[in-house]
Amino acid sequence: MNAQAFARSGWGTDTLLLVGPAVLFLVLFFVYPFAYGFWLSFTPAEGAWTANYQKFFSDEHLWRTLIITFQLALPVTILNVALALPIAFQLRRKTRYQRWMTAILVIPITLGTVLIAEGMLTYLGPKGWLAQFLSLFHVYDGPIRLTHNFIGVVISLVISGFPFAFLLILSYVTGIDPVLARAAATLGAGPFNQFRHIYLPLLAPGLATTFCLAFVQAFSVFPSAVLVGAPSGPTRVISLAAYEAAFEQYDYSMASAVAMIMGFAQLIVVVAVLGLRHAFYRGPAGGAKG
Amino acid sequence: MNDRRHWIYSAWSGLLLGLMTLFVLNIGLMVAAVATNSFARRWLGTWLPDGYTTNWYVAAWKEFQLGDVLWVTAEVVLTVVLLSIAIGVPAAYALARKTFRGKQLVMLLILLPLIIPPITYGIPMATVMYQAHLGGTLYGVILANLVPALPFVILVMTPFIEQIDPTLESAARVFGANTLRIFWHVLIPLLMPGILAASLLVLVRTIAMFELTFLTAGPDSQTLVVALYYAVFAAGVRAPQSVDAMAIVYMALTLVWLLIALRFVNPTQLVSRVKDQTTAGAH
Repeated sequence: MNAQAFARSGWGTDTLLLVGPAVLFLVLFFVYPFAYGFWLSFTPAEGAWTANYQKFFSDEHLWRTLIITFQLALPVTILNVALALPIAFQLRRKTRYQRWMTAILVIPITLGTVLIAEGMLTYLGPKGWLAQFLSLFHVYDGPIRLTHNFIGVVISLVISGFPFAFLLILSYVTGIDPVLARAAATLGAGPFNQFRHIYLPLLAPGLATTFCLAFVQAFSVFPSAVLVGAPSGPTRVISLAAYEAAFEQYDYSMASAVAMIMGFAQLIVVVAVLGLRHAFYRGPAGGAKG
Repeated sequence: MNDRRHWIYSAWSGLLLGLMTLFVLNIGLMVAAVATNSFARRWLGTWLPDGYTTNWYVAAWKEFQLGDVLWVTAEVVLTVVLLSIAIGVPAAYALARKTFRGKQLVMLLILLPLIIPPITYGIPMATVMYQAHLGGTLYGVILANLVPALPFVILVMTPFIEQIDPTLESAARVFGANTLRIFWHVLIPLLMPGILAASLLVLVRTIAMFELTFLTAGPDSQTLVVALYYAVFAAGVRAPQSVDAMAIVYMALTLVWLLIALRFVNPTQLVSRVKDQTTAGAH
């Protein structure tokens, strides 16, 4: 009897053999560590069960990292999405230029932040080409400091984040049926009005998703905060605090607590953005295709 | 009136395309600067170096043990590709074809590792790995990289599977083939383009995956991107040219595979596979 009920739920031997390994692996190496980390964060080496969290929010060296990370991630994400949206809209038609741009912009995403950091150190450094170029045209003669500070991390986050936001938004924009815009055009709507009344409402859910994914990425900035930032002060981000707790102080309990706070902060922003989307946008979501 | 609007619109598009071109141009120059420096004999404050040499590549090869690092990278990447395909393709098939209780939950389980950034789940994961004595070993690095690779394969493969006509499988079943035989004789040959695309994308992503490898690798299990991080990190100790030489080796390795991958897939697939699923799940 039980076996029949099992089969009726769709979990036949076939399904079990097909999905089972993948589910088992993800439970073992993704869900279990997360749950274990959550539990571990409440079992500090000494003190009450919330000692790690109390320490995080009372030690300035630690709680500042949360603020610094927000100060980095929020403006950068807004900038990236705000830049990517009009440019993706410009390139909405399938042209050779669009194909080339998408292919080129995949490169900085794929190369990753470590390579971007090394490139920035060479190109934007005090004796790099940009500094030489600027002083040649007397745009700016003073010493150029674009690396080893807050600005350096912002630049690296734009280099890796803008292409990501652009490609994501472009795939939403191209998913909208151009017939809709053409219909608006026959009624006399120019490009701006087409954007305002056709594209923007249909893009709202996609923009919310893009913002969330781009924010979460910027918030977890790690290698570039060390390599082109000032990791001891202005760009001591939260992932760095978690790393130091785990691999320099070997306090895995504290490290897990910081990781949980990091995850929770990301969750709050994602929930807020999706909530805003629901507040502003009503109507058929994603019904843009076809 | 209409003329003025047209003019403003042209100026606006010009501005946007200009911004875009400037962005791409600067990235190009950045890469060119690294490449030039890696061949530079001496380069201090001038437009171009005094002379050129390939010695930095020889130096980087010796100093950073690039031979060993490349071998580890190949081992990790190939194993991750093979395992993620072997486990991911059957799972994608079940998710595309079958309905079962808890399917939504399984979908969520597959999406989460792609949405949550690696550094957030990497720290608890590395903790567990070190307690299981997997941390710092090649196995640990492979398992860690498999966590985002497996869901990625499943999401890339799902549309490929949905394209296959289910009557082919029914026909094979009528003739007495079991799921295993259907997989081997019907699905795998039909899915070859999808498997190739997924393999290449996972390959590129695993070469470039820094965080998880960084957190789980020991001295003998560093992949190229982690070795590059340590080289840049200790930049004061090494000649910047040899670090740049290593950066070029890493870039060449990644770009070759990326260019091959781009022949088979749309560039947006590298980033936006997640998006279809999240919007589908949102309502």
